[in-house]
Amino acid sequence: MDKLTTVDGRAYPFGMKNVDTDIVIPAHWLKTISRNGLGKGAFEVLRKEPGNVFDDPDYAGSPILIAGDNFGCGSSREHAAWALGDLGIKVVIAPSFSDIFSGNAFKNGILTVVLPQDAVDRLLEVAQGINGTPDPIHVDLESQTVTTQFQDRFTFEIDPFRKHCLLGGLDEIGLTLDQGDVIDGYEARQAQDRPWIVPAAVA
Amino acid sequence: MVKPRTLYEKIWDAHVVERRPDGTCLIYIDRHLVHEVTSPQAFEGLRLAGRKVRRPDLTLAVPDHNLPTTPRRDADGKRISIADPESAQQLAALERNAPEFGVRLIGDADLEQGIVHVVGPEQGFTLPGTTLVCGDSHTSSHGALGALAFGIGTSEVEHVLATQTLLLKQSKTMAVVVDGVLAPGVTPKDVALAICGTIGTAGGTGYVMEYCGSVFRDMSIEGRLTVANMSIEAGARSGLFAPDEKTFAYIKGRPMAPKGADFDAAVAWWKTLVTDEGAVFDKTVVIDAADIVPNVTWGTSPEDVVAVTGVVPDPQSFADPSKQAAAQKSLDYMGLTAGQKMADVAIEHVFIGSCTNSRIEDLRAAASLLKGRHIAAGIKHAMVVPGSGLVKQQAESEGLDRIFLDAGFEWREPGCSACLGMNPDKVPAGERCASTSNRNFMGRQGPGSRTHLVSPEMAAAAAITGRLTDVRELLNNEEGVVA
Repeated sequence: MDKLTTVDGRAYPFGMKNVDTDIVIPAHWLKTISRNGLGKGAFEVLRKEPGNVFDDPDYAGSPILIAGDNFGCGSSREHAAWALGDLGIKVVIAPSFSDIFSGNAFKNGILTVVLPQDAVDRLLEVAQGINGTPDPIHVDLESQTVTTQFQDRFTFEIDPFRKHCLLGGLDEIGLTLDQGDVIDGYEARQAQDRPWIVPAAVA
Repeated sequence: MVKPRTLYEKIWDAHVVERRPDGTCLIYIDRHLVHEVTSPQAFEGLRLAGRKVRRPDLTLAVPDHNLPTTPRRDADGKRISIADPESAQQLAALERNAPEFGVRLIGDADLEQGIVHVVGPEQGFTLPGTTLVCGDSHTSSHGALGALAFGIGTSEVEHVLATQTLLLKQSKTMAVVVDGVLAPGVTPKDVALAICGTIGTAGGTGYVMEYCGSVFRDMSIEGRLTVANMSIEAGARSGLFAPDEKTFAYIKGRPMAPKGADFDAAVAWWKTLVTDEGAVFDKTVVIDAADIVPNVTWGTSPEDVVAVTGVVPDPQSFADPSKQAAAQKSLDYMGLTAGQKMADVAIEHVFIGSCTNSRIEDLRAAASLLKGRHIAAGIKHAMVVPGSGLVKQQAESEGLDRIFLDAGFEWREPGCSACLGMNPDKVPAGERCASTSNRNFMGRQGPGSRTHLVSPEMAAAAAITGRLTDVRELLNNEEGVVA
């Protein structure tokens, strides 16, 4: 996983509420056996609408997405995070996220930033451009801040472990496997306390 | 004095492998269901890193999402290949990965094959007090049996395969209390929709729900599966029912369930899995059973719920301006206008199936209305997709297939089917479906499809009349004459 420390650049001023992962990536894109190339299918339905932000050349390749409340609800498909990553998005800012989506994003090196609605509204203005052309947004994970050239400064909370993994680009599976003996210990206790946990063998 | 704990806290505590100073816990996972869509990249990750599946014996693989619901073997028992090459490739990947990593695979044409969330309980793989995960958000279903069950992404699938654990923060707890008695024609699906309509699709975010109250105690295990299934539609990754005598009776004798003395020992522990007197929930939601009616959805979110006797709401009636805009967008997509009576909405498709409503009780309920009746002239396509091969077999032994076929329904092979339209079962753009599934998202049942979520009984009623219909008009009305 790539390290994520600071992200600078334009932001898609999206802002839509309750965006489910079927909207982020429709089911027919789920037939792949690869994690790559899903950006083509990202927001497919919305991209059929003329003037949508995802096909606006001003925002092509923007590393930040500003979304609305409850972003990523619905299906657990990690393809939604892969699709955003494939578009080049490294940070999603919204008033709230679904639990499953924010976990999936994090596992793919995408930072989800929760900010109050009024902060998100202000960042949407900046992303659209105060003087007509889109203005950049700066996200700093170490200091947990989102700033703009207009002196806006918003701080956000993040789970310390997630922060540690994102900053270091760490492989969570490798970290857990290093604790194999702790897991062995749990399994030994469970075999004593709940021996029936192993499913009955089926012929 | 031990601090009183909720059911969720008891299961959580029993699965903590290690607690970290920041509160994150390494949680042991007892059960892992794997299907063909969210697992290929996880197995590939293991292969690239030279890792094994830690506990193949706690893992069960079943293909369900992509499979066509047409016959899978010809008269000679030869596979009828899947026309869509990508779907075929995903099935092939699961068929290669499962044996390579030592995981039991229920094959696409096996009698036991079905939707993972139907198969788990049916096989006795799902047990009370276990932690159960699957790369599918409707894993919440298994909470009906008292399993702490939740959907995970593919990276977490890989993490569980490799380590049999997940790193998690404890959730908040929400009691969803429904006391009273459900009126005739009101089903577990209507209860689930009422919950979504009451708290919204983000209402349960960050919470594990526990379903409390007499309605849930009185509910059958299959009804509980329907309710727990839709926990995620109200934002909660997990929804629990305390296991009781009905649960134990349901599990006893199932193929993968504990046997003999093991079963007795398990039951002794399962009986302790109740929320203690005095335990505190972070939030409590109370709904009166008497207020729940046969429901339908009008929009493109499962929270867009209205009584079938009601009308399409006016977007301006919502207090929140962003909800007003979303509602207008939904109505445009759905081709509905504010004030229109729901019971006047004509439909062209009926889908009875999905992990929400494809079990034998669901099929019996729909068939009881369809017996001696026929789908309306305006219905282009009506189909029943049983949740598993065993459900299908049971239904056939009861003659339900004949009732559906005589009524003009198609009788299909098991799978996820038109719930998410990954296989060929789709609703055409601009056409309307009364569906027993769980999501009415834009394009969910196919690009441009319009979905109205309903109970199996209401789906049958809609098929008979050709429009969204209050099932109560058809109850005790054997002639099929609709008032």
